[in-house]
Amino acid sequence: MTTGLRASIGVALGRERARKNIRRAMDGLVVKRLKAFPDVSELECLRDLGQAIRGHAVARLPELLETLERNCIGNGMQVHWAETGEEADRIVLDILRRSGARALLKGKSMVSEEMALNERLAAEGIEPVETDLGELIIQLAQEPPSHIIAPAVHKDRHEVAALFRERLPEAPGGERIEDLTAAARAYMRGRFRGITAGLSGVNFAVAETGTLCLVENEGNGRLSTTAPEVHIAVMGIEKVIARLDHLPPLLTLLTRSATGQPVTTYVNLISGPRRPGEKDGPREVHLVLLDNGRSRIRQDPELAATLHCIRCGACMNHCPVYTRLGGHAYGTVYPGPIGSILEPQLQGLDVRGEMAEASSLCGACAEVCPVRIPIPSLLNRLRYESVAGEPRSRVEGKGSRRKRGEARLWALWAWIYGRPGRYRAFARLATALRALQPARLGPWTRTRTAPRLAPKDLHRLARELGIPRS
Amino acid sequence: MTKPTAIYFFGTCLIDLLYPRVGLSAMRLIEREGVRVIFPQGQTCCGQPAYNAGFRREARRVARAQLDVFPEDLPVVVPSASCAGMLKVQYPALFSGTPDSRRALALAGRVVELTDFLGRVLDLRPRDLGPPLKVAVHNSCSARRELGVAPAALELLGRLANLEAVEPDHAYECCGFGGTFAVKQPEISAAMAADKAESIAATGASVLVGQDCGCLMNLGGTLDRRGHRIAVKHIAELLWERIGGDAKP
Repeated sequence: MTTGLRASIGVALGRERARKNIRRAMDGLVVKRLKAFPDVSELECLRDLGQAIRGHAVARLPELLETLERNCIGNGMQVHWAETGEEADRIVLDILRRSGARALLKGKSMVSEEMALNERLAAEGIEPVETDLGELIIQLAQEPPSHIIAPAVHKDRHEVAALFRERLPEAPGGERIEDLTAAARAYMRGRFRGITAGLSGVNFAVAETGTLCLVENEGNGRLSTTAPEVHIAVMGIEKVIARLDHLPPLLTLLTRSATGQPVTTYVNLISGPRRPGEKDGPREVHLVLLDNGRSRIRQDPELAATLHCIRCGACMNHCPVYTRLGGHAYGTVYPGPIGSILEPQLQGLDVRGEMAEASSLCGACAEVCPVRIPIPSLLNRLRYESVAGEPRSRVEGKGSRRKRGEARLWALWAWIYGRPGRYRAFARLATALRALQPARLGPWTRTRTAPRLAPKDLHRLARELGIPRS
Repeated sequence: MTKPTAIYFFGTCLIDLLYPRVGLSAMRLIEREGVRVIFPQGQTCCGQPAYNAGFRREARRVARAQLDVFPEDLPVVVPSASCAGMLKVQYPALFSGTPDSRRALALAGRVVELTDFLGRVLDLRPRDLGPPLKVAVHNSCSARRELGVAPAALELLGRLANLEAVEPDHAYECCGFGGTFAVKQPEISAAMAADKAESIAATGASVLVGQDCGCLMNLGGTLDRRGHRIAVKHIAELLWERIGGDAKP
């Protein structure tokens, strides 16, 4: 089964308004990031540091997770482990049932998307209330996020205004950004009152202190994690770091790479529920640690780098494929370059292998990745795994994209180009028959004129001109 | 690297069959500087097409044939950053753990991209005999990111007195070629090429130059199909013309 990525790419390319919105936003983020790192050598040092910290954390993952669990429990949190998204859903639902919550305030969380939590909540009669402005917009529009940090980036303010008029009729009108944020704020403030459970993601979890770090710009994250009686934090297991002093460089890299901000408006360090004598804060804090294939990815020494990601989205902002499509075309929780290495591993090459092919391997992603994930090399590796694969690798769906016709073509190519004498005979034949070259060359000539074979190949010209051969 | 007395020239498979004039221009530019150029007849292709398609066994089979044809300890000059990147950066990985790994490493260490070789190693100071000309420059992703030789190409063009070299908007962005990518995902590849073609046309330049024939084939075909009358030339061809050379085979 394939996902038909090529087909959805065609659809996305036809949506001109969304394309324009995405491109404008991404161009803006590229400039903001550039301005946030004026000193190239400082940036490169930071990236080295970021790579080292994340590499260290993923290498020592089991040990760090145990330390994290111990220290979180010591801080009064309750820690839960989930092998799959469904398991994580069940854990969240159980907590909500016990607490009697009928609705859940949600801060922005990509892991909750991975869990398909909103659908599960709705099926159980619990209302998911997205509190992040972008997430609210796409929830009202009944769409998935199109970018991991800017979920509604494909919509312009006129579209958002029209959506608010339709779905939030009591909110004040206006199409200016200020009007729209005011309308969302008025609506959200009403929702925060009376909901007794909140859920958030986690940007980093510090093992040595049992601290959850959450960055955001709107304050909704802080409200979702402090106002309700119950706070549930969901995170992928790879988000753990060893020490508190590993946090500042990662935060610097994260916010500057993502939005060009030196720091986000809110940096939340959550270290447990309300303590005796404290006047506010949740009565219960739960941490749900989701594996969902990450342990398997970690087994491969090369592909484990996928788990170093800090979810800044810079690879998307700089990707020539993503900036023309937006996230919806990919049909996965994680789109763009990071999605194209992560999703084929999470879901299997048989299901999502095509994502690894939807890249020109231009390297723009790796150039900006704050933790130096070699995304093009990993895409290349996944292409190899798709059609053959390392003998001992454990990538799901290994070899499933090998097509007999293509394999034969490459075998023939290698048969010709692997032997100089054979190649020279082939070149002679090809150039001699150049008059027979078809004007149409499959998809290539749909948008391009065809290149023409030369009358004589360079090997032959070099021989005729007496250019030394040794 | 100091100026060598002789070099090997790796022509690349695309230039061999489609653009041999580029190869001849490059070899003549080097010879003109008093360096002996050797074109081994045993060379075929660096193996990159199969490597990027995931067919590593086939890529290795073709790549292994290249390990035999440059025996002396001389620089291997490549008129394509993409192929140079394959030889220089990817060969060590491709042959890692195989009996050929040492030979692959030795070859990788000797590979130099053409504009880098002309500008940095030979310190070419071309006397520009051509009329005033505005050219748009497209640096390939391999030149820009894999090898870091994009500045070398721009500097080299800057040494031509009557030439104005400009970069189109979004210059850092890929042209959409990507080898098999253009065939496996033709729609997005074409969208990238179309945007790049329009950016190039917007510069008002009458010629497009670059150091990679893959990009130039993609962009030339796209410009042509979109009705832009812009000549497309490899930097070697342009340099050879500007110094008054005659490359007619």
